[in-house]
Amino acid sequence: MPFYRQRFLEHGITPQSIRTLDDVTRLPFTCKRDFRDNYPLGLAAVPRERIVRIHASSGTTGKPTVVAYTAGDIETWTEVMARTITTGGVTRNDVVHNAYGYGLFTGGLGFHYGAERIGATVIPVSGGVTKRQIMLIQDLGSTVLCCTPSYALYLAETALEMGVDLRETALRVGIFGAEPWSERMRQEIEAKLGLLALDIYGLSEVIGPGVSVECEHQCGLHIFEDHFLAEIVDPATGQSLPYGQRGELVLTTLTKEALPVIRYRTGDITALDAAPCACGRTLVRMAKPSGRTDDMLIVRGINVFPSQIETILLQIEGVQPHYQIIVDRQHSLDDLEVWVEVSETVFADEIRGLEALERKIRDELHNGLGISARVRLVEPRSIQRSEGKAKRVVDRREVYNS
Amino acid sequence: MRVTQISVFLENRPGRLANLLQVLSAAHINLRALSLADTADFGIARIIVDDTVAAMEAIRRAGLTAATTEVLRVEVPDVPGALETAIVMPLAQAGVNIEYLYAHSERPTDKAEVIMKVDRLDKAEQVLKGLANGA
Repeated sequence: MPFYRQRFLEHGITPQSIRTLDDVTRLPFTCKRDFRDNYPLGLAAVPRERIVRIHASSGTTGKPTVVAYTAGDIETWTEVMARTITTGGVTRNDVVHNAYGYGLFTGGLGFHYGAERIGATVIPVSGGVTKRQIMLIQDLGSTVLCCTPSYALYLAETALEMGVDLRETALRVGIFGAEPWSERMRQEIEAKLGLLALDIYGLSEVIGPGVSVECEHQCGLHIFEDHFLAEIVDPATGQSLPYGQRGELVLTTLTKEALPVIRYRTGDITALDAAPCACGRTLVRMAKPSGRTDDMLIVRGINVFPSQIETILLQIEGVQPHYQIIVDRQHSLDDLEVWVEVSETVFADEIRGLEALERKIRDELHNGLGISARVRLVEPRSIQRSEGKAKRVVDRREVYNS
Repeated sequence: MRVTQISVFLENRPGRLANLLQVLSAAHINLRALSLADTADFGIARIIVDDTVAAMEAIRRAGLTAATTEVLRVEVPDVPGALETAIVMPLAQAGVNIEYLYAHSERPTDKAEVIMKVDRLDKAEQVLKGLANGA
């Protein structure tokens, strides 16, 4: 692999440098930027004919982060997802309502393969058309719900509007992930849906969902250490931190073929606990992520970087680099609002001109981010200027435990 | 007939119009006409003032976004049906579209005045002049 060979050479790393597990800490990190710099598949370690699947997630600017799988990787992924779902107590007797998006996003297909592997009945409902989802949950007797935690709450709200109480359906377990969520949100989901709500963690750069999951004791997410080596580092210095200390999660894939990553900086803040769990598993547990090291936002399960929004806005003629991003949770669903200052270069006398501008920004954001955003035109200088780094994001959700 | 109108972008929330009016009064600018157009989030204040240049300067200095537009100022007899027969119908017949129109406040006389933005300024002027001369 030219990328890692070059990187290791630069750091004076040869095969002889690695003799014990601790020597891993001598290896240089890989980060999201490396995916962008080697877009689309410069990090692939196998020839194209061995790649059987491509997935993608958002990048920090215009281009997505593209990931690849060999047949062996799909097998590994299916295995860790089968374990993940089994950890939730799911068996072949269950009906799995899979409302993660199917497509380039890893959520839908990741859960699909895992649930089929254990012989459960999978309903590949994907996202959207919420009322029909509620009807299917009732009519097909779904026992397991897989979706983002915010969508779970949205399902409950919509159900109530339809006069349906999800607590009275057969749902008993939910495996929720793709976005951070707090303990308070867990309590709310469990109360409104009448099920055991479990957190699942993963990222497409590593494999997709299936890196770690909670068991019924809900005391940290068990990392599948036979496939992923987990470390915690100080996000500022990159120094390794011992178990128990909070820092940035760094993952190395041990079995990936198409796209192995070495010491990948996830950007997620957590701590590791090696103590055996009450469930009997001895796999190391990571705490529910408590924040990010960068400014990445996760909105409706989709990664959004402020830099992406800036790139899109600046491509629209006349739009100034003065903007603010507001993330809120309205009726359980994340709401992304982008404020853009109206300058004289885009302002004309007509309302329809401004409405056209608003529409254009909205369309471009939707195209670029893959999720819809509300656009609000505001007066110049109404967005707070700050010395140095501008505060671009106001996140009003409580996604992390406080 | 032809006058310069100033349009100012305002967010649709309390205090924004007041802010604009303060900017104008502080610069000793007198308003001749004012119209507000709005959507859910923003609006446009359209004004005719006694000193357009000074007003634009004050508005820009205050950091507001503004633009000027040529519009028509037309006298209308203050009698029923006058707007229709003296302005709107003739322009419609000439294929001129009125994009918006608002009334102008003047000293009490037997005439009223309206301000309007049309799509074809020259044509509209021609039509209205023709009517005035013909009458």
